[in-house]
Amino acid sequence: MAGGDWAWAQRPAPVTKAEMTAVLAVEHLCKAFGTLKAVDDVSFQVAPGEIVGLVGPNGAGKTTTINMILGVLAPDAGRVEIDGIDLGRDRSRALAATNFAAVYAPLPGNLTVQQNLRIFGMIYDVPKLAARIEELIAQFDLARFRKTRVGVLSSGEQTRVALAKALLNRPRLLLLDEPTASIDPSTARDMRSGISELVDAGQCGVLWTSHNMYEVAAVCDRVLFVSRGRILLEGDPKTLPSQHGAASLDDLFVAVAHEALHDETAAGAAA
Amino acid sequence: MNFRRVGAVVLRQLYLYRSSPQRVLPLFIWVVLDIVLWGFIARFLGQVSHSTFQFGPALLGAVLLWDFLTRVMQGITTAFFEDVWSRNFMGVFASPMRISEYLAGLISIGVSNSLVALVAMYALAWTIFGLSVFSYGVAILPFLLVLFLTGMALGVFGAGLVLRLGPASEWLIWPIPTLVAPFAGVFYPLSVLPGWMQLIGRAIAPSYVFSGLRAVVSGHPAPWGDLAIGAALAAAYMVLACWVFVRIYRYAIRAGLIARYSAETVT
Repeated sequence: MAGGDWAWAQRPAPVTKAEMTAVLAVEHLCKAFGTLKAVDDVSFQVAPGEIVGLVGPNGAGKTTTINMILGVLAPDAGRVEIDGIDLGRDRSRALAATNFAAVYAPLPGNLTVQQNLRIFGMIYDVPKLAARIEELIAQFDLARFRKTRVGVLSSGEQTRVALAKALLNRPRLLLLDEPTASIDPSTARDMRSGISELVDAGQCGVLWTSHNMYEVAAVCDRVLFVSRGRILLEGDPKTLPSQHGAASLDDLFVAVAHEALHDETAAGAAA
Repeated sequence: MNFRRVGAVVLRQLYLYRSSPQRVLPLFIWVVLDIVLWGFIARFLGQVSHSTFQFGPALLGAVLLWDFLTRVMQGITTAFFEDVWSRNFMGVFASPMRISEYLAGLISIGVSNSLVALVAMYALAWTIFGLSVFSYGVAILPFLLVLFLTGMALGVFGAGLVLRLGPASEWLIWPIPTLVAPFAGVFYPLSVLPGWMQLIGRAIAPSYVFSGLRAVVSGHPAPWGDLAIGAALAAAYMVLACWVFVRIYRYAIRAGLIARYSAETVT
């Protein structure tokens, strides 16, 4: 595949007023660590009822982008709106409309499943919390672990608890950073269908990062390919590979990752 | 401020205490040991000294009050460390929790811990050594207020320091009360210190409490003016500590420290 195939990179247009109803609107987001541009002018939206995949090689800027959306990392430039609320101006209200599950953000292992859900339910100010916890415990089949400390559960069980926590407040925006990274294929499939059903049923939008291209193709309505802090490609995961001469999303991912690496090496040699 | 979120921080700590005796025991064990040790030292000094100075209320009272300050501080820092140890920073800071709500939760834990420890210490000091809180009169209230505020300020400052320097800097926090004690004149008047230490001592709010304590025990009236200075200094510390914490928090958000906090040290 020629290197220039995606060099035209479908640069998303700036967010317009009409698009402000998106559950997530990211506008010209930039973040640098020293001379390294971790995120470089990234803009995209997530609509209600949409699952958007954010994929790219390690160090591409996915987690940095997610951290900025979660308000734990301040952007150097750009803005984030969650459900029409500017994160920079009203952080607490914006984050009340979102929730997340990520492998690098485990729930406190020294609290039981029920205690974790209660604490986070209070943090997210969930109304009728006891009933909501029961609902989620049933939904994620956690009844027998109710009084078990999260730290002693298997990876798959911990992931289910993390997802239950992420859905406590019925978020308008759900951020899932490699949610199936440590679980078996069967549990991963159940989880994917569960999330898809939730999105179909409600008005929740999902931003999903994964290295599993099969998963991205199966779940996501739209995919954003990120490399070196920029969105290189954007489109329907089912049609995007053929549009760029790749056999599958996996092949497209490898090609994009190699292209980025090639550019980096060339830039290094030129320097 | 959303008090439900403040309650969540406190409830988390209660859950940990409920399931973990090793967390409950330190609330009492060190203060009990201090009271027993200093109680007998005071009793011995009372026996061998021909002075009319009342060692019991002075030394034992000083230990009781200093331990109280230490418990306030450690209640706050320990609750903060629970989030460090359980790698829960993302859970806390990537949520709608405001920094003021988080701090209010930590302070509530510090205050509750110290009150429990104070009751335990006083019960022991009264039962074994006959120490009566009434020997200090109403001055006990400003004494406690100044120490409360100072303990809170040290706790919030310590938590901020760990947030800035990373989990490995935890060891810097525990000795803070021990570093402050020589300048605060817990067991002796500031006048016995060298000039430069006295200068520092006068800027330390608890020094006014302990000089007041010795004055009351010696039969003099409570030095209300000095206690007002102590209270003003302690309130200023508290404002300063919260300001420092918020500044560090904002820096952590800018630099990405919170997102990277699972690393053992952050530079």
